[in-house]
Amino acid sequence: MSTGTPIAEPAGLAAPAGTPALIQEPGTLAAFWRRLRARKSAVAGLVIVGLLILMAVSAPWIAPYDPTATDWANVRGHPSLAHPFGGDEVGRDVLSRIIFGARASLGAGLVSVALAVSLGLPLGLLAGYAGGWIDGVISRLTDALLAIPFLILAIALAAFLGPSLVNAMIAIGLSATSTFIRLTRAQVRAVAAEEFVEAARAMGNPPWRIARVHILPNIVPAILVQATLTIAAAIIAEASLSFLGLGQQPPEPSWGAMLNTAKNFMDQAPWMAIWPGLSIFLAVLAFNLFGDGLRDALDPRQRT
Amino acid sequence: MLRFLARRLALAVPTLILASMIIFALQQLLPGDVATALTGEERDPQVIAFIRQKYHLDAPLPVRYAYWAGGVLRGDLGESIRLQKPVSELIVEKLPVTLELACLAMLVALAIGVPMGVLSAVKRGQAADTIANGVALWGLSVPNFWLGILLILLFSVQLGWLPASGYVSPFESLSDNLAAMVMPAFVLGNAIAAVMMRHTRAAMLGVLGSDYVRTARAKGVSPMRVTLRHALPNAAIPIITLGALEFGQLLSGAVLTEQVFSVPGFGKLMVDAVFNRDFATVQGVVICTAATYIALNLAADLLSAAVNPKLRRA
Amino acid sequence: MKKPLLDVRDLAVAFDTDGGAVHAVNGVSYTLHEGETLGIVGESGSGKSVHVLAMLGLIPRPPGRITGGQVLFEGRDLLALKERDLRKIRGGAIGFVFQDPMSSLNPGMTVAAQIVEPLRIHLGLDARAARARAKDLLDLVRIPNAGARLDQYPHEFSGGQRQRVMIAIGLSCRPKLLIADEATTALDVTVQAEIVALVQELKRELGMAIIWITHDLGVVAGISDTVQVMYAGRILERGPVDDIFSDPRNAYTLGLLRSLPDLSGGRAGRRRLHQIEGAPPDMRHPPPGDPFAPRNAFATPRCRAEMPPLVQAPGAAPGHLVAAWYDLPKLLAAEAAR
Repeated sequence: MSTGTPIAEPAGLAAPAGTPALIQEPGTLAAFWRRLRARKSAVAGLVIVGLLILMAVSAPWIAPYDPTATDWANVRGHPSLAHPFGGDEVGRDVLSRIIFGARASLGAGLVSVALAVSLGLPLGLLAGYAGGWIDGVISRLTDALLAIPFLILAIALAAFLGPSLVNAMIAIGLSATSTFIRLTRAQVRAVAAEEFVEAARAMGNPPWRIARVHILPNIVPAILVQATLTIAAAIIAEASLSFLGLGQQPPEPSWGAMLNTAKNFMDQAPWMAIWPGLSIFLAVLAFNLFGDGLRDALDPRQRT
Repeated sequence: MLRFLARRLALAVPTLILASMIIFALQQLLPGDVATALTGEERDPQVIAFIRQKYHLDAPLPVRYAYWAGGVLRGDLGESIRLQKPVSELIVEKLPVTLELACLAMLVALAIGVPMGVLSAVKRGQAADTIANGVALWGLSVPNFWLGILLILLFSVQLGWLPASGYVSPFESLSDNLAAMVMPAFVLGNAIAAVMMRHTRAAMLGVLGSDYVRTARAKGVSPMRVTLRHALPNAAIPIITLGALEFGQLLSGAVLTEQVFSVPGFGKLMVDAVFNRDFATVQGVVICTAATYIALNLAADLLSAAVNPKLRRA
Repeated sequence: MKKPLLDVRDLAVAFDTDGGAVHAVNGVSYTLHEGETLGIVGESGSGKSVHVLAMLGLIPRPPGRITGGQVLFEGRDLLALKERDLRKIRGGAIGFVFQDPMSSLNPGMTVAAQIVEPLRIHLGLDARAARARAKDLLDLVRIPNAGARLDQYPHEFSGGQRQRVMIAIGLSCRPKLLIADEATTALDVTVQAEIVALVQELKRELGMAIIWITHDLGVVAGISDTVQVMYAGRILERGPVDDIFSDPRNAYTLGLLRSLPDLSGGRAGRRRLHQIEGAPPDMRHPPPGDPFAPRNAFATPRCRAEMPPLVQAPGAAPGHLVAAWYDLPKLLAAEAAR
């Protein structure tokens, strides 16, 4: 809210009405960075995301043990100096499994959203830009997909595809696609109605050029925000599928799968449940924080 | 009002048909021969032949869909191969449990989310707003199956106050039923509460900035009355419509919550079916979910029309 | 002279934005007497609405902030009052009529419910008495068949009727001061005239003071005793209505007058409408001098450097105040001679 005069009035005077000084000029990249950096929570989110990615990439070097190596001396072992996060039901080092588990979680988040965007964006562009029966078909299909709750669809897809991490990624990506189709379509329609696009069309630019030069750059911010927030949802979805046994298969580590076994040892080894859950929470929180900050920084008018 | 209803219905029907096609097409994803896959563990050639005949598996895909959809319309969702029972019977049996859980969870979500959203909108930029937003972020980010595990750890394992599992029908013992449902309902409601809080906050901020709220304040109306009498009823429409959309999230979450607390509902039925490769049941559950979801959105549209005096009188 | 009712002293209001504080009102001072009608004229962002809303605690805070001044209403400083006490004045001794009657009435409440509210709050009427008075008020603002329309919703009324309802609400508790903020701007021209006529009639009946805020000098001419011209959060000129129209002393007032279509007919009616060139200043960084100087052809170097004080205009009617370093009548005479 940055209105000096709460009341809008028609231009009754010869001088331009409105209060141009109060309107925030649309951001250049530098202005965007300044606004993003001003949001502490967004920066915190970005830093955590960065650290988690670093952890996933350098897992083989920083993990103290082989994440799948069992050690009978460490079965449900209490947290100790040698095993700070304790041991699991067959004596694997929980810390090492958490570190390697980041690969499954972040990988699933990134890959599935990349899949969803690469399917949803072109379809949404097509629907929004072509209109007519093409739009009708794509939109009805999107409605139908959205009628099946995200995780239910992902579980059903994973069930029919068969349980594996790759299939879980595909299932999650396909389930998230409809969101991107709908968002892209709505954005395209909003931008296409703007005067500069009308002008470009009137000057005889071919449709694909208008889409690439005028429309795509204007809808990227919204897609980017949605993608970031969807990564958060996808990480929860992967953990959920793995928790149900439909994602990463044992003995390979995944935070969700770790919780699944931890559930059975709650009274004897609660640490088995604490750390994987905390890791999922932290990763999801980081992407949510960053996504919220990104949205605010990209569109100062729509601040929540 | 009738025209509005008719238009909404006309949109819902093709959506449902398309959704059913997608769900039907899931079969095609099965690796290898569909009949073999559908029989699951069973390898008896007689059973496979029976399945092949029952599902018209030798017919082309559209014909098979027609048979299947015709069955669905007559309430025949196929046969659970594992339980030797019609899928529709299983669903009717499990649905009330999930419905109870969902309603309790929605109650939790509304009871937490709406007051928190109102408070944070009224106190925008102040400490209460920051705290409410922090709580919402927690609700959105915490995986609900983990929250379930933590609650079991605390209230069942450590304190021994509540049962970790063991669903009891409310007709048998209401108190035992509620004792078993309180943790699942809270866990499931938690994430929705966060979403409801955000919706409520956004809707309230919009309404609180409106001209008629300023008029109310200019009349000397107290802040409490401005919030509850002037602003909240007008914010209710987006809260209702967006709240109904969260029902999908509720059903998604129910699958995991029921798994954690061993609640014998819809979601548990689906997960068990997945593991027993009982695909007819999986399809049945999904199509019922989609139908429920579409019906609820329709209901939300009607409800918001009923709340809106302009549409009510038109 | 009648007793002073409202005494505004050096009122200043700012809004905090990401790009810094916007100084919307910069030291406004004036006195309104009982029964007087004051027309405040200015364009968007002139501070004409904001300063009135701010003194009654009706701007959103944050981002709004009162940065200085005093506002005495019947001797009490409104700015020093607690919100609870200010609430007793709002809608009671001071009534409001807002611009857009569509958005200013609650779409989800019946008209009766909205008129009854201030009656119950300020006059302590019970439900039955308040409803009876609500019907009387609708009669007062000439809404036909008032009894039957009480339980209708705002969208069932026409634009003009909605504004009549707003006026009924504003007048419900017999205020000493009625503030009409762009009360006719959103209406059709014919309806505007009806509303202005209605307010004039009601003023004769009830005798309240009025602050009529508008960007339309034409409306001000018909209704006001005193006119006050605001620009960039300051008063540039104020005085008796006839004197302002016949003998403007500030170039901005002159610009406003020249941009007004002359409806008296004759040769003057056919002259080209005047436009004020340029745009209002950036209120995050108000210029050091006269804020209108950058758009003023008569501006002197002193205008750009130093804000002129609001003082009695030499040779004009008593109470005709102007803020200008230049002598407008002399400059106009010189221009005419050339």
